[in-house]
This record gives sequence, structure tokens and C-alpha cells, in this order.
Amino acid sequence: MKVFWAFIKKEFFHILRDRRTLFILIGMPIVQILIFGYAVTNEFKGANIAVYDQAQDESSLDFIHQLQASGHFQLLQSPGEIEAAFQSAAIKMAVVIPANFGQHLYPGQSTQLQLLTDGTDPNTAVTLTQYAGLIIQQFQHQGRAERQAPPILVENKMVYNPALKSVYLFVPGVMALILMLVSAMMTSLTIAREKELGTMELLLVSPLPPFLIIAGKVIPYIILSLLNALLILGVGVYVFGVPLIGSFWLLIGVCMLFIVLALALGILISTKAETQQAAMLVSLMGLMMPTILLSGFLFPIESMPLLLQWISKIIPAKYFILLLKDIMLKGSGWYYIWTESLVLFGMAFFLLMASWKNFKIRLT
Amino acid sequence: MRTVLILVKKELLQIFRNKSMLPLLTVIPIVQLILLSYAASNEVTALNLAVLDEDQSTSSHRLTHKFTASDLFILKATPTSNEEAMALIEMDKVDLVIRIPSQFETGFLKREKTSIQLLANAINGAKGGLASGYASAVIQDFGKNLSLESLASPQQESMRQGGIEMTYSNWYNPSLDYKVFMVPGILGVLVIILTLILSAMNIVREREIGTIEQLNVSPIKKYQFILGKLLPFLLIGLGLLAVGLLAGKLIFNTPMVGNLGLVFLFCTVDLIVVLGLGLLISTFADTQQQAMFIAWFFMMIFILMSGLFTPIESMPEWAQWLTYPNPIAHFVSVMRLVLLKGSDLADVGQHFWTVGLLAIAFSSLAVVSYRKTA
Repeated sequence: MKVFWAFIKKEFFHILRDRRTLFILIGMPIVQILIFGYAVTNEFKGANIAVYDQAQDESSLDFIHQLQASGHFQLLQSPGEIEAAFQSAAIKMAVVIPANFGQHLYPGQSTQLQLLTDGTDPNTAVTLTQYAGLIIQQFQHQGRAERQAPPILVENKMVYNPALKSVYLFVPGVMALILMLVSAMMTSLTIAREKELGTMELLLVSPLPPFLIIAGKVIPYIILSLLNALLILGVGVYVFGVPLIGSFWLLIGVCMLFIVLALALGILISTKAETQQAAMLVSLMGLMMPTILLSGFLFPIESMPLLLQWISKIIPAKYFILLLKDIMLKGSGWYYIWTESLVLFGMAFFLLMASWKNFKIRLT
Repeated sequence: MRTVLILVKKELLQIFRNKSMLPLLTVIPIVQLILLSYAASNEVTALNLAVLDEDQSTSSHRLTHKFTASDLFILKATPTSNEEAMALIEMDKVDLVIRIPSQFETGFLKREKTSIQLLANAINGAKGGLASGYASAVIQDFGKNLSLESLASPQQESMRQGGIEMTYSNWYNPSLDYKVFMVPGILGVLVIILTLILSAMNIVREREIGTIEQLNVSPIKKYQFILGKLLPFLLIGLGLLAVGLLAGKLIFNTPMVGNLGLVFLFCTVDLIVVLGLGLLISTFADTQQQAMFIAWFFMMIFILMSGLFTPIESMPEWAQWLTYPNPIAHFVSVMRLVLLKGSDLADVGQHFWTVGLLAIAFSSLAVVSYRKTA
């Protein structure tokens, strides 16, 4: 047992000695969560638009005033040519008011208002048309509301995330990403390095059984991973007000499950990869890319082509993120999360077995 | 000048002697371009819907039908109680619950204010917002038609035709195809990242292996050494751009309205910034592993704040300022402007100025901090 402790201590020294890597491992989650929390957002804050007013009458000026007053649009006076304004990215939408705009005030007459949007960014284009449509509707209703039946009121309730903050989604995502990075990538790199330098042989001929060698290698990374998880959770909860409705210990349990899974992946990669560069490439392409792209934290899985949806089913991070969201935001108990937990547990078990088997072969 | 050319030749020979380099520079970027373009979509194509109909009247059925008739909404369940509806949301079975209260129809006919409740699963905030926005629009439209039908007298009938009709068209991308938006941006990011990693790793590798000493003791000048190291990667970066543009045209039929020469010119200036950064990283890292982590750290920040996935205009002001020294942000917007809209030099002039200044700053910083004596 004493030898085992000495082994863990040695591994810790390895980690602590490389200050720059350690700094990045601790600093990256914080920077990422700050960026995600403050800067990466789809919220619509307003856009520059141009108005081409061919009518220039009281009614059209009134309408333009209302567009401005909504707070969603900053009006560019004298936009010049609309096309040129789009090309220099000065505006996102142009409103063309026809010369006969005032006609809509008279019964039985109608007029056509044209909206031109910059379709290169589809989501912004849709949002802009929606906002403009609402303002046009309001404008029409003015002055004749009393003659009509009141419109149906729509009460919106945003469940789980009333302020529509994107950070709610990103905290679980960053957790999955960082745990993957620290547990899987770092573990595979450190074992590959020992192999590359030839020191792995030394460890294997030592009196420690191989199981303890691997355990000693991964325990420091388990601690580092847990520390990172708590750090992300702390910043998320205390800086951004992400709720933690469910059980804290259930959350930690799920994190541990995912860490074990990621470590097993890291060991598996290191048994196959002979050099650090190979380990790095496999981890980046095989673990990080799928975790970023297909786990559903940046992009909704439902909008992907079927093939990618199928692939996403074997990405562990997908289930981990689902579990985190259920526990943190919905406060779900066992009843709602046992399927995902079981999938993760099965994956972890399978990967541990696979890496165990592969590691033994290396010994002979 | 001849010395530099010889160095460039030696460097290119060395790079391409590695058999895995050519596929790394052609196949992997194309695969990533395809994968990213399909996966990186914030488009909402389908919303799962549950209708909790407490009214069970003709009007409420017609409203439900209006939702099922649209392509966007898929009716998944018709719960009978609030608890059942909440459970559906909790288990992620539906994205949106519409609750039609009892007395909905009678209230409406009596000209009283009626209300419909929308419960959106907003864990994904953007999606929740879009879902309730679309649903509100459908309900408003339904209400308008219903009230027009109930207006009987001929004098009021005339109201029906009057008013403002709204037409809209989306320029440059009429069908609002998300891939048209993403492919040029992703292409830009791939070119920059691969060049950054390759250049940063290259010098560190020479240091790790020890061959950098031999270069340092050779009679070449510092600027010749740096030019000799960076020019090959500039060429490789431009080659990557050419391969990527070709792939984008052939696979995604990405529109290329503008002047391609302008794209390559901007890419050259932008790559100088990136190469300066790569050189800086390599002077601060001792091992390839360290270089890799440092490069990754910066890349994450650059990509997330580049406006590739989320518009820069949505960021808070301080974050928008931070995009000025970000070479990826400039390249992504120039690619989109020139390829999709056909913007000319004057339109993207500001990006050129900023990146030009960055190029001067980064390369002089890199040259100053590089020491020939290791």
C-alpha cells in the first residue's frame, strides 16, 4: 500500500511540474464558461435596418416612428443603395414603403409593404421578419381596435429557463468537454509518454501489479477532473445563476460515472497508440470533435441528418449532458434518469473491460 | 533572397516527405467541412407538440388542426391534465405544450378576452424562444381569421380587405438554407486552424528533436530563418483554401458571387497574423504537447467568439471589442461577405485595415521574441 501511495505521489509531481499545462487545464474551463455565459448567445439584441420611404406622408412617418420606438431597430438615415448597404454589412433588413401606403387607412383599400432581409444568416433573417411582422400588426390595430373583437391573448411560459439564457445549456456541455479532455486525453497522453520514453517498462517490472499501476496513473486525474467539475459548477451556479434543483450528490455520482468512462477511453487509446502524437490525434478526432459536435450542446441533434443522429447515440457525452440537464435544471430523481444512467454504466463497463483486456496483452 | 527560397524548398520537401501530410491537408479538411456543415446547424426543423384541450369545442379542434397542418409542428400527445403535460416536458417527449382553457370558444364569441397558455421547454433557450414565437404567430393568425368570420355586417365586412399586406424576400439566400451560411465560415476556420497548428508544432518539433540548434548555428540571418519557416505554411494555407473552395463548390454548390482574388488576398494577410501567432506559441512552448494545449486554448476562444455560430452583434459590447484582434472573426465575415454577397474591396476595407495592423504587430512581436540562441 505504501508503494502505491508513493506511486500516486510521483504521478502528482508529474502533473504539478508542468506548470503551463496545469494552468491551461484549470484556466480553460473558467475561460470557456465565461465566454459561453457572456459572449456566445443567440439572443436578438436589435439590428440596423434601412427604410426606403416612397410615400413620405403622415402615415408612413408614423409607421417609421413606431419601428424605431420598438427598440429593436436602429434606423439608418439615407442608406444609399440597398444592395450596397447589404454588401458592406451596414444593414440586416430593408423596409420598402410604397407610395400608396396611406391607402390602408381607407376601408376596402390595401397596400403592400415589402421587407428585404439579408438571407445569408437565416436565423437572423427569420427573427427580423417576425419582429417586423408584429410591429406591422400592432400598427394596423391602432385606431380600430375598439371595433374589433379583442385578439386572443397568448401567455408564454418558458419552463426551466424563464430568461432563455443560453448558459443553462452550456454549463453541462463545458463539463462534458473538460472532463473528456482531462480524463481521456490527458490519461492517454501520459501513458503514451511513458511508453515513448521507455519508462513504462520500468513500471511494469516493479513489484506493483499492473492493476495498481494503472490505478495509480489515473487517480490523480480523477481528482483533477472532479476539481474541474466543481469549478465549472461553482462558476455556473454562483456567477450565472444556473439552478441546481436536483440532488448534489446524485450529480457528483453521475460525474464520477462519466469520469470513469472517460478514463477507460483514455486507457484504451493509450494501449493502442505508441506515440504521444498518435494519442493526441486519436483523442482530438475521435473524442473531442464528436463531443463538441454531436453531443447536442452546441447544435440540436434533432436538426441533423439521420446518419449523424445515429452516430450521436454512441457518444457518451450526449447521455451525460442529458443527465446533467435533468438533475440541475429539472430536478429529476431516479425515475426519470435511470435509462440514461444505465446506458452510461453499460458503456463504462464495456470500455473498462476492453482496456483491461488490451492492457494484459501488452504484458506478455 | 536566394537563401530564403532554398530554405522554403527544404521546408516543403521536409513537410511532404511525411506521407501522412498530404491526406492530412486534403482529405481531413474536406471530411470536416462536410461533417461540420451538416452538424453545425441551429436550424429548427421540427417541434414536438402536445395540446391540452380543456375546451373540446369546434374552435379548439380547429386550432389544433391548424397546428398539425403546418410542417413545423408534430402533434405527439394530447394530455388530459396539467400534470400529464408537465411530465411530457420533463421526459423530453415534447418541446411545447399548448393549453386551451375551457370556455375558450364561448369566451371568444362573447368578445371577452380569451387566453391560451404556451409552455415551452426552454432548456435550449434559443429553441424555446423560437417555438413559442412560431406558436404565437399561428394563434394570432387563427384569432384574426376567427374574428373576421364573426364579423357579420357588410360594413364591417369591408374591413377584411383593407390593411397592410406584408411581403418579404430573403436576398442572397432565398430558401434560407443554413448550409449556405455555414460553409464559407467553416472553411475559413479550418484554413486558419490547420495552419496555426502545423506552424506552431513544426518549430517546437525541431526544438524537441534538437535540430533547431543546427539551424541556429548556420550562417543564415534571423529574418531569413523566420521567412523560410513561415512562407511554406503560407503556401500550404492558401493551398488549403483552394482545396476547400473547390470542395465547397462541388459538394455544397456554395454561391461564390464575389471576386475570388479578393478572398485569397485577404487570406494571405490573415495568415500572416496566424503564422506570427504560431511562431509566438512555439517560442513559449518546450514540447509539442504544450504547444498543442496552448494552441487549442487560443483556438477555442477564437472560434467561439468568431461569429461563426452566433452573431457578433448579439455579444455584449466588451466582447465585440475583443473580436477585433481575432483573425478568425475577420476571415469568417470576409468569406461570407465576398462569397455570398459579392462585396468588393471598399466594403471589406475595414477588415483589411485591422488585419493588416494585426499582421504587422504579431509578426514583429514574434520576430522580437524569437531568439536564435536557444
